[in-house]
Amino acid sequence: MNHPHSPETSNEPLAPGQRLPESERKAFSPEALAEIHAIMAQYPDKLAATLPALYIAQREFGFVSLAAMKAVAAAIGIPEGHVFGVATFYTMYQKAPVGKFHFQVCTNISCALRGAAQLLEKVCERTGVKPGQGPSPDGLWSVEEVECLAGCGVAPCVQVNQDVYDELVNEDKLVEVMEACKRGEYRPWGY
Amino acid sequence: MAAIRTKPDHHTYTFPGFGSEKFPNLLLRGAGDLNNWHLPVYEQQHEGYVAMRKALQMEPVAVTDEVKASGLRGRGGAGFPAGLKWSFMPKDTPERKLTRYLVCNGDEGEPGTFKDRVILEYNPHQLIEGMIIGGWAMQCAMGYVYIRGEFLWLIEKLEAAIQQARDAGYLGKNILGTGWDYDILVYRGAGAYICGEETALLNSLEGRRGEPRVKPPFPAAKGAFGQPTTVNNVETLAAVPPIMRMGGAEYAKIGSPKNSGTRIFGVSGHVKRPGIYELPMGTPMNFLVEELAGGSSTGRKIKAIIPGGASCPMLDEKDFDVPMDFDNLKARGSMGGSGGLIVMDESVCIVQATLRLIRFYAHESCGQCTPCREGCNWMQLILHRIEHGQGRMEDLDLLASLTPRIGMRTLCPLGDAACGPMDSALQKFRHEFEHHIIHKTCYAQGSKLLSSVGAH
Repeated sequence: MNHPHSPETSNEPLAPGQRLPESERKAFSPEALAEIHAIMAQYPDKLAATLPALYIAQREFGFVSLAAMKAVAAAIGIPEGHVFGVATFYTMYQKAPVGKFHFQVCTNISCALRGAAQLLEKVCERTGVKPGQGPSPDGLWSVEEVECLAGCGVAPCVQVNQDVYDELVNEDKLVEVMEACKRGEYRPWGY
Repeated sequence: MAAIRTKPDHHTYTFPGFGSEKFPNLLLRGAGDLNNWHLPVYEQQHEGYVAMRKALQMEPVAVTDEVKASGLRGRGGAGFPAGLKWSFMPKDTPERKLTRYLVCNGDEGEPGTFKDRVILEYNPHQLIEGMIIGGWAMQCAMGYVYIRGEFLWLIEKLEAAIQQARDAGYLGKNILGTGWDYDILVYRGAGAYICGEETALLNSLEGRRGEPRVKPPFPAAKGAFGQPTTVNNVETLAAVPPIMRMGGAEYAKIGSPKNSGTRIFGVSGHVKRPGIYELPMGTPMNFLVEELAGGSSTGRKIKAIIPGGASCPMLDEKDFDVPMDFDNLKARGSMGGSGGLIVMDESVCIVQATLRLIRFYAHESCGQCTPCREGCNWMQLILHRIEHGQGRMEDLDLLASLTPRIGMRTLCPLGDAACGPMDSALQKFRHEFEHHIIHKTCYAQGSKLLSSVGAH
C-alpha cells in the first residue's frame, strides 16, 4: 500500500498501547450518586443507567477518565469492564480533557458542500488548536471534527459543548460566537 | 433544568400553497414558531389530543386496524408498514400477562436528514400523542424515546412537554379513566450512528454498547429489557394522530398508491432555500428541488442528488424527475430512505464526496461484523489513494468487487448503506474516478470538500 498519509485518525480514543489520561477527582459527589440511584430506579434493569451515569461522570470529572468509569461501575454495581466498553464505544464521552468551550464541527457531506472544511480550518486558526489535540493553553478552546449533527439545512453546522447549535456561515459569525463564549453566554463544558 | 432554547433556525419550513388540500400540513403545524411546543397552543390551535381521546374510546385492535388501513409506512428508512408492525406484538393470554414497550427512534444521524429534529423542536406534543395512541393500540406499559445525545436542548424540551402531558392527565395512572397506566421516558444516546438501527438502539437503551443483535428473535418477540417491543421512527409516530383524526381510509388517499400520506423532506446542499418541506409521497423530485427549494444556489447545473439520506444511491440528471416514494425510488435503483435530499452541483468532485461518505461509514461501523468493519475501511483507504493522486485503474475494479462482499453480509444494514453511494458513484460517475487516476486531480476543478486539518 502506498498512502500519502495514513487516513487513520490520530485522535482515536484508545490507540494500541495508549493510556487514558487521569483526572484529579476519584469519586462522585453525594448529589451525583443520588442522581444515579434515581435514574437506576426508573428502568427495569439497573444496567440502563450506564449511559446517563457516564454523562454525570463527564460533568463531575470534567471528562470520562478511568477513575470516572470505575466510579460509575461502583455506583451502579456493574462490572468495570462493561462501563469501559460502553464509554469507549460512544463518541460523546470525552476520554481526554477538553476546553471550556468544545467546538464540534460537522464536516459530513451536507456541511462540506457549504464550506465546512474551510470553516474547520478557520476554527482551528482562530482557536489555535487542532482537532483532537486537547485544549488550548488557556484551557478555553478545543476542537473536534464530528459526523452529521442533523443541522444539514443550516449547514455548516457547529456544536459548542453539549447544547448549542449554530449557523456559522462566515468568519464574522464565528468570531461573534467565540466572543459570546468568553462573555459566558454559552454554558461551559460540564455546566 | 435549563431554560428551553428559543433560538430560531434559519431554514425554510413552508412554501406558497402549503396547508391547502393539495399539500396538507399534517406534521409541521406551527413549525417555525418557537412557542408552539406548549400544550395549550397544541390543543387550541392544532386539534391537539383530539385523536388520542378518539383512540382511547376505541378497542386497541381497532386502532391498529385504522393505522393498517392508512397504509402508513415507516419513515425511518425501510418503509415497513407501521400497522403491520404493530400487529406483530404478542397479545395477553389468560395464562400470561406480558409487559410490552413502545420505543421511539429519535437517533437521527443519517447525513442529510434533519426531519425528526423539527418535529421535536416545534411539535413535540404530536409525537407524545402518537406515542400514547401507539401505546394504547399495543397495550404497552411504557414508552421510551431514544434521542441522540447531541439534541440535549430538544431532550429538555421533550421532557418539559411530557411533564405538561402528565399534568394534564394524558400520561400516568388510569389515563382518562380507561384504567390503563402508561408513561414515557426519554433516553439520551451518546453519539453513535449505529444506534439508529433498531436492535442496536435497544442495546443502547439497556445501557450496553450499541451493537446490532442477531435477528431473530425480532424486537416484537424479545426487545427492550427482554420484553416484546415495537420500535418506530419519530416521524412515523407523529403521523399517527392525523391518521386517527381523519380516519385511515381518508389518509390513504394522500400520496401515491401503496405510499400513502405526507412525508417530511429535508433539502440540503447547493439549493437556494435549504430546509424542510412536507409533501405528499410521490411528489416529483425536480418539483421539490427546482420549484420549492429554488434550484441551484451557485448558478451551476445540478450534477447529482442523493434522494434519501447518505445511504441511498445517488441519482444523476436523467432521474431527477422521479416521484419521491419508496417504490418509485426503488425502481430507479435508489431508496426512499429517511427523506433527506442532498443536492450537489457541478463543482463537486464525486470522488471527494464518496470518500467523505465512506469515511463516515468506516467511522460509524460498530465493528461487530467483519465485512463491514474491514470493508468500509478498505474502501476508505482505496478512495483516499485515488483522491490523493496515487490511484491505479485496477482500484476501480477492486472497489466494485468489494461492495458485493459487504452488502447483505452483515447483521444490520450499515454495510449495505455504505455500498449504496459507492456503487452508484462508480456506475454513474466512473469518468471522474478515471480522470482522478489518470490526471491525478479532480474532474471538477476546485472542489474542496475535505479539510487540510484534522485527521485527514
